[in-house]
Amino acid sequence: MSYHSFLLEPISCHAWNKDRTQIALCPNNHEVHIYKKDGNNWSKIHVLKEHNGQVTGIDWAPESNRIVTCGTDRNAYVWTLKGDVWKPTLVILRINRAARCVKWSPKENKFAVGSGSRLISVCYFEQDNDWWVCKHIKKPIRSTILCLDWHPNNVLLAAGSCDFKCRIFSAYIKEVEEKPAPTAWGSKMPFGEVMFESTGTSGWVHGVCFSDSGNRVAWASHDSTVAVAEGGKTAVCASLTSETLPLLCVTFITENSLVAAGHDCYPVLFVYDSNKAAMSFGGKLDVPKQSAQKGMTARERFQNLDKKATTDSKEAVLESVHKNSISQISILNGGKAQCAKFCTTGMDGGMAIWDVKTLESAMKDLKIV
Amino acid sequence: MSKNTVSDRFRKVDVDEYDENKFVDEEDGGENQLGPDEAEVDSLIRSGNLMGALQAVLKNPPINTKNQNVKEQAEDLMLKVLSSFKTSDIEKAVQSLDKTGVDLLMKYIYRGFERPSDNSSAILLQWHEKALSAGGVGSIVRVLTARKTV
Repeated sequence: MSYHSFLLEPISCHAWNKDRTQIALCPNNHEVHIYKKDGNNWSKIHVLKEHNGQVTGIDWAPESNRIVTCGTDRNAYVWTLKGDVWKPTLVILRINRAARCVKWSPKENKFAVGSGSRLISVCYFEQDNDWWVCKHIKKPIRSTILCLDWHPNNVLLAAGSCDFKCRIFSAYIKEVEEKPAPTAWGSKMPFGEVMFESTGTSGWVHGVCFSDSGNRVAWASHDSTVAVAEGGKTAVCASLTSETLPLLCVTFITENSLVAAGHDCYPVLFVYDSNKAAMSFGGKLDVPKQSAQKGMTARERFQNLDKKATTDSKEAVLESVHKNSISQISILNGGKAQCAKFCTTGMDGGMAIWDVKTLESAMKDLKIV
Repeated sequence: MSKNTVSDRFRKVDVDEYDENKFVDEEDGGENQLGPDEAEVDSLIRSGNLMGALQAVLKNPPINTKNQNVKEQAEDLMLKVLSSFKTSDIEKAVQSLDKTGVDLLMKYIYRGFERPSDNSSAILLQWHEKALSAGGVGSIVRVLTARKTV
């Protein structure tokens, strides 16, 4: 498990390239910096300057090596590497509020942008005009879309929104693909159709993730709950209230286990049992630091009692690796089926890479099924 | 221009009501929620069965109803039950509740903070401490993010 502090400012968003040697991140301003790993250090090799507002979402398509970025300036750019320089192409999203998140589809022929204009823009490349065109999904979204995730069939899109719901839409574009086969979420999938809408949890949906097979979707919401829904004739929902601060991002690491992280600054593991349709808390995934317990003199005790009204010797320093909220989590190796490594970035400007095997052996009782 | 500056009635207009994009909560049929049964709870308190009284007062929370009176009655009843506990019994009582019970208790506690009376805050703070150790910070987050509360 390694931690690297990139900046003092929060990392708004990040994306890895295909072989995980380069990371593109936004240092909380209008630019995108691309860092390359050499040895144990990271060196900045590219700076992408085109946005006029903070970059809120970055996604790097592994196969076609294109980066898509979206920002608060209501624009999205698709960057292609020409020689040694990244060249941007503007995509007109037709939104009148900031864009919040962007994701390439699995086949990389489309991408979806969630925005504050209460709609999702699904963009695809039109060969005839040599231009990116977008279609909007508006109904029944009633507030900002905070997070998106694509189903492996390249058509279904899960969206978490500030209207307290997680929904699965169909983003089927007939110009670029054929009719999709029926899935667990339904068989008729015209563009914009709502295949699933969550009920029960309240609180903004901060993070959403499909499982590797696409039959399950998990979301983390602001009322400190995590929920998983399994598609079927009637979708089965299981939610778990947690005793911690809200979680901001969630991802599946196997078909049954999820890792989520948020304002508590450490990732946690949840396990979903499909037989009982219930979720359980798997454990806290942070490497505990063995801090030396120094004895307190009587004088220190009285000072503490005077200053802090308690004789506790615990210092007010976070013991977790990240010193501020974790805002994004991404899978490095193994995909969502058998993840071996995942990466978290947060508001402390740092990036930590977590190794699943080491975590499993370091924490007893941790079972990743 | 000078004609309309005399009246300031426009300042009382709620512009958010006229916003076509305004978010309106879904309506859940809550007209028949009457809150906890006062008679039942009173009899349990008088008979000394405080744990039972706590369970009874947590039943039927008036979450979905818009009737403020029902909510106030429920809160007053809750305060009566909470004040009748001995300090040493509070912890046991909180342990006997399940997760949703602790969340609901937290909601009532914060509602009670809103309208403090003579000794209520002190009692509520004791309950708050015990409920916090049972429900964690998450239960407080759920009080803050709940759209429909007691």
